[in-house]
Amino acid sequence: MDLLTDFIGELRKAGISVSLTESLDAHNALVAQGISDREYFRESLATTLVKNSSHRVAFDTAFDVYFGLRSVDGMNDEQNEGSKGVEGARGVKSQGKGKGGGGGGEGVDPEELAEMLFNSLLTNDNLMMRNVAGLAVTLYAGMEPGRPVGGTYYLYRTLRNLGLESLQIRLKEKLKDNDETPFNDRLANDEAKVRLEKFKNVIEEEIRRRLIEDRGTVAMARTLRKPLPEDIDVMHASREEMVLLKLAIRPLARKLASRLAEKRRHKKKGTLDFRKTIRESLALGGVPAEPRFKKPRQAKPDIVVLADISGSVASFARFTLQLVHALAGQFSKVRSFVFIDGIDEVTEYFEKASDVTEALYKINTEAKVMWLDGHSDYGHAFMEFYNRWPGAVNSRTSLLILGDARNNYHASQDWVLEALKKKAKHVFWLNPEPTSYWSSGDSIIDEYAKHVDGVFEVRTLRQLETFVSRLD
Amino acid sequence: MNEMEFSFTSIEDVSVKLESVSYLSSSQISTAVFLSEQLKKPVLIEGPAGTGKTELAKSVALATGRRLIRLQCYEGLDEAKALYEWDYRKQLLRIQMEKVGNEMSWKELEENIFGEEFLLTRPLLEAIRSREPVVLLIDEVDRVEIETEALLLEILSDYQVSVPELGTIQAMNIPLVFLTSNNTRELSEALKRRCLFLHIDYPDIDRERKIVEKRVPGIKDELIDQIVRLVRSIRELDLKKRPSVSETLDWARTLLILGIEIVDKDSAVDTLPILLKYQSDIDKASKELLKEL
Repeated sequence: MDLLTDFIGELRKAGISVSLTESLDAHNALVAQGISDREYFRESLATTLVKNSSHRVAFDTAFDVYFGLRSVDGMNDEQNEGSKGVEGARGVKSQGKGKGGGGGGEGVDPEELAEMLFNSLLTNDNLMMRNVAGLAVTLYAGMEPGRPVGGTYYLYRTLRNLGLESLQIRLKEKLKDNDETPFNDRLANDEAKVRLEKFKNVIEEEIRRRLIEDRGTVAMARTLRKPLPEDIDVMHASREEMVLLKLAIRPLARKLASRLAEKRRHKKKGTLDFRKTIRESLALGGVPAEPRFKKPRQAKPDIVVLADISGSVASFARFTLQLVHALAGQFSKVRSFVFIDGIDEVTEYFEKASDVTEALYKINTEAKVMWLDGHSDYGHAFMEFYNRWPGAVNSRTSLLILGDARNNYHASQDWVLEALKKKAKHVFWLNPEPTSYWSSGDSIIDEYAKHVDGVFEVRTLRQLETFVSRLD
Repeated sequence: MNEMEFSFTSIEDVSVKLESVSYLSSSQISTAVFLSEQLKKPVLIEGPAGTGKTELAKSVALATGRRLIRLQCYEGLDEAKALYEWDYRKQLLRIQMEKVGNEMSWKELEENIFGEEFLLTRPLLEAIRSREPVVLLIDEVDRVEIETEALLLEILSDYQVSVPELGTIQAMNIPLVFLTSNNTRELSEALKRRCLFLHIDYPDIDRERKIVEKRVPGIKDELIDQIVRLVRSIRELDLKKRPSVSETLDWARTLLILGIEIVDKDSAVDTLPILLKYQSDIDKASKELLKEL
């Protein structure tokens, strides 16, 4: 059970909070269920330890590292055809040498391997796929013990050599089987995609397993640890992380919308509804046992967003705009403006476009945000905003400014902000840079901070969520 | 603890019993259900709409022969609606009767009007007081306010309810408790800690195939195969609302009733509105899947 304790420690390091009760539950679950079946073992731990579905990926990674199929040896011999035989061989060899990469595999040449892979994909045979993956990694990844590169490097090398794109097309044609019903093409393609995706996972697992044997569990867990979706730094997110963020934004918007609505409803109790109270009391012989109140009516806030969309902070601006517009129903009015050194209104792109991607695309291509040289100039953008849309900000407006305040040494024109602050209900500044970078280099956030109601560091979805839920 | 008390003997047993009432389980679902009984912990079920969250609780009740007690949550749900309430109308009548008739001491009266006779049990108290074992379903728990959530904590962790006038009422039988959530807000840590967590996502293609097979009797294998693959491809698209399992089933039934053996272009266009509920989604799906259109 020490391993379980270590495993829980790893989950905590990955950012999943596991309480004492929960680790006890996990322990009890194993007592009740046993650990003989790996699949049930995994689910037992997941159901007791992971209470948020977006943390499941992190859990699975850690689980594979700690409770991976260590008994599967490299499958480096000639047993690649007979699936049944392999199963037996695995158990026997479990104690065997664990050096990945070394040993056999030379016996298979690339064409043979490609053919085997194709067949395993066609029959959707998991075991055979795993065999092929083992061979492919041996043949292509060129893994060297102790070499300090991450698993992605080996994964990339293996996949590149396998030529999966052409394989997918071939697989699709074969699956289609000359059946030309209209959507069969698409269906076959999707099926091929799913199977290849599965194969990629098998390869990844295989590489990970060999790396663990080389470097040990703890070191591997550390390399593989990734931030949870809500903790990803939006400004420096990788491609895969961007996908995760995109997935996260819609549920987040939904969550915030209901929270804002609820907050508004419960803020104040309405005045006593005399009529209703008396009417109810008649049923009780005139005793007004339960006072009734009128429903309070409360004005929804106006939101105006000014977003810097120059390269350095573009991704952050995009996320925030997307979130604010997804929440449009919760505000009486949302207007968005984007700027670099010039400024343009983009509200209608969001209103007209059928989905967000389209709106964002239009913003990138159509909005006129360049004035002189296309380097951020906050001062000029603010001034232009102030002059061109004097009515945009009024006493019910919450003005949100998004940007890193890196002004390229232009004039700050901070008097504009002061004037806007006088007109608006609130002015908030969201800065996607870590606090420690503020006012370093050409960042003049401190200068602007004097003229707004608050500056917030917003680098992750979690921080964005916290901020938006406090808006009113 | 006597082994015989348990409704399920193993995880496989959960799957088998659920299947016997036409609920196709997955290893994830069965594990959670099994451990819920073993560890005496409620299961918090999350996931997209229409993937069988509520259905699971109903099926467990059916499979184990327990009575299902359901508490539908909504905003503004309070103690009086969830736990118990004193029937104050009846109490008032009782007091007014007293005024007319002979005098009674306050103490006597108090004992009188705070007796079981005047107690209106609501779902939670009912589940606790039930003599036979029950399944308690707390549906859409994310709809109640965070303060109301606290009300559930006592019952979820200790299976008891405190009524100030009567004392603490302990559960006679530990109920199997399921909470469902559509994740419109983050539930409190305290609640999550007390529960096992189960995320039910859209089923993979094999499970969905089995579900259709089980739930739509008389449907041909080729048609099922086509249906589930189409649904999977449609779910891959970026839609406002992706088709749920129940919509897949509706679609399968419709095709069966219409006597369609294999979905072609026309029948797909005619019946897509069953699967998709927004015009823009329907347009997108037909554009993507039927390129010739």
